[in-house]
Amino acid sequence: MTTIAADAHAHDHHDADHKPAFFARWFMSTNHKDIGTLYLIFAIIAGVIGGFISGLMRIELAEPGIQYLQTWAQIMDGPDATLDQAYHLWNVLITAHGLIMVFFMVMPAIIGGFGNWFVPIMIGAPDMAFPRMNNISFWLLIPAFMLLLGSTFVPGGLGNGAGTGWTVYAPLSTSGSPGPAVDMAILSLHIAGASSILGAINFITTIFNMRAPGMTLHKMPLFVWSVLVTAFLLLLALPVLAAAITMLLTDRNFGTVFYDGLRGGDPELYQHLFWFFGHPEVYIMILPGFGIVSQIVSTFSRKPVFGYLGMAYAMVAIGVVGFIVWAHHMFTTGMSVNVKMYFTAATMVIAVPTGVKIFSWIATMWGGSLSFKTPMVWALGFIFMFTVGGVTGVVLANGGVDDVLHDTYYVVAHFHYVLSLGAVFALFAGFYYWFPKMTGRMYSELLGQLHFWIFFIGVNVLFFPMHFVGLSGMPRRYPDYPEAFAYWNSIASQGYNILIIGVAIWFVNIFWSLFAGKKAEGNPWGEGATTLEWTLSSPPPYHQFETLPVIEDAHH
Amino acid sequence: MTSSTFTDLDRRKRKTMMIGAAFALGSLGLGFASVPLYRVFCQVTGFNGTTQRADASAAVLPVSGRVLSIRFDANVSPGMPWEFYPEHSTDTVTVGARDMAIFVAKNLSDKPISGSAVFNVTPTQAGAYFTKIQCFCFTEQTLQPGQEVRMPVLYYVDPKILDDPDNKDVEEITLSYTFNPVEKVEE
Repeated sequence: MTTIAADAHAHDHHDADHKPAFFARWFMSTNHKDIGTLYLIFAIIAGVIGGFISGLMRIELAEPGIQYLQTWAQIMDGPDATLDQAYHLWNVLITAHGLIMVFFMVMPAIIGGFGNWFVPIMIGAPDMAFPRMNNISFWLLIPAFMLLLGSTFVPGGLGNGAGTGWTVYAPLSTSGSPGPAVDMAILSLHIAGASSILGAINFITTIFNMRAPGMTLHKMPLFVWSVLVTAFLLLLALPVLAAAITMLLTDRNFGTVFYDGLRGGDPELYQHLFWFFGHPEVYIMILPGFGIVSQIVSTFSRKPVFGYLGMAYAMVAIGVVGFIVWAHHMFTTGMSVNVKMYFTAATMVIAVPTGVKIFSWIATMWGGSLSFKTPMVWALGFIFMFTVGGVTGVVLANGGVDDVLHDTYYVVAHFHYVLSLGAVFALFAGFYYWFPKMTGRMYSELLGQLHFWIFFIGVNVLFFPMHFVGLSGMPRRYPDYPEAFAYWNSIASQGYNILIIGVAIWFVNIFWSLFAGKKAEGNPWGEGATTLEWTLSSPPPYHQFETLPVIEDAHH
Repeated sequence: MTSSTFTDLDRRKRKTMMIGAAFALGSLGLGFASVPLYRVFCQVTGFNGTTQRADASAAVLPVSGRVLSIRFDANVSPGMPWEFYPEHSTDTVTVGARDMAIFVAKNLSDKPISGSAVFNVTPTQAGAYFTKIQCFCFTEQTLQPGQEVRMPVLYYVDPKILDDPDNKDVEEITLSYTFNPVEKVEE
């Protein structure tokens, strides 16, 4: 495969690289790379806000007792804020952290950001199928995020803000939270959901219709496969959430009783609907990460991915089975033994395709010519940490065990290992892997490695002790705890401090690299990088593939 | 790229988009359809302690030798000025035989109040076999100020419970009611 040399002149105006003026380019963008960039910038901003909120929570949890929460409540709710309002503020913090990280950080970054940037290029398409719809998808996120942030400043029950948890369970979210805050949060989810559904339709249409000649489905890079499966999950799961929260809205405002157990409804119905969406949602967040890690492991092992078809169909299997396991989030709602057995068994089945993926990554590295560049160490960190989270997931899958561990910090540890150390590691891996391609500059390898090791130590110090306090019975979603949990909580809070240093190094790296980084070649990774984006210059021309590439047989 | 291939691609894209949108709409419909589906599911399977309902004509033969203890529980929702309690808090019933329990409700306030009762049984797996022939919970109850009523529940435990392995250890079934105020909609 030939590599097109990087353009020596950054402002070379030939036709394929003609860019519109600033406003038209960034605010009315129809270019998949620009929209991808917008998504990434948006996700970074949302991630900083969501991460700042987790910092507030860790500083409060560093010691038993209420240290700062009352003061913050006075800032939010006025000088007479009561302790109950302080507790409400805590609920607002956990809600905002969850919703922001799920809907406004991970999803925009991994699907909107990397998906937009690289799915069209990897299949040899000039752009997404519906560029204007793509633009709408992005811009819908802005009002959605504004609504969510704005909800923090209007009444939502005891104090300001929506304090329902990211799950928005009824009846807390209906009769338990008067005031406009929860309505705004629900509307925010509606809009973010609409954005994602439009994006999903766009990806599916692009991948099914716009592949370059010779790029059959079974030759698509695994990242494209992962986004395809994710798009189907979005398409089928998000409308169910939309229905569920629409009924929340009508229960709140128009006197319906869908979830009102006292008047013929059933609050448990909401939980079923939410988790019918919520479980596929966790795969929506992690599957593109699987795709990114597959590309990176292959590139830095200089080998094709081991068991390509198995890898692709493992993702399909995870997506399909992901729809029939939802009630394992509801083991304590009073299910019969038989129902619990089914959901336990079905959940454990997911470990099989997941195991296929993990062993295939290891087999890809086996006998490969490994180089431990920054993207590769992040990908290895992902595999290691995601496996830890997967193992605790198998523990929690047991209905009987979950009766004990439900809503403890063990669960918090589990889902942060698969998301905060899984999805986020995949995001950083992808960021370093594609940074030279997106910006045309190399990142600093030293800062990248430093970022990885500090962040890796930080998140583990932060989240691993949560297994211990969880097993000892510390419940999640409380701002206070008995003295017995103090030791590991103080260590967890130290972990947050370490992590923040890592993130600071990342920002230094971004800015240093953008201004002073070495110019990147079209393919900075050598012969292991075989996907189509590495045949283009870095950054790629504004409009790529005006002549469609033809994919030969050996290409993956 | 010739114009003919361009429109062909356009057509294919539109087709895929339509199918995708149909999937999303179908999923949305399924979300709303789940409300009646879930209700039917609970009624049919007795899921989560949903009790069953039968006509007075339903003929069930008592099964001698198997006696269950029934416990009655009565509550009112917070702030509802009613007194509500079972006349006897426990009873024993032969499986299959009809029995009657009396619940007493009294309006403690000085204005008429309507209430409706929600109910379930525990252990929840017994719900499918706990059958009511007559119950004050089927309809809305209105009590005048200070009025006291005795309300009957006519029920039996379906003998099929004896064949269900999930219920083989069940010796006591609790029937619980909670009264909630019904706000009259002004029309």
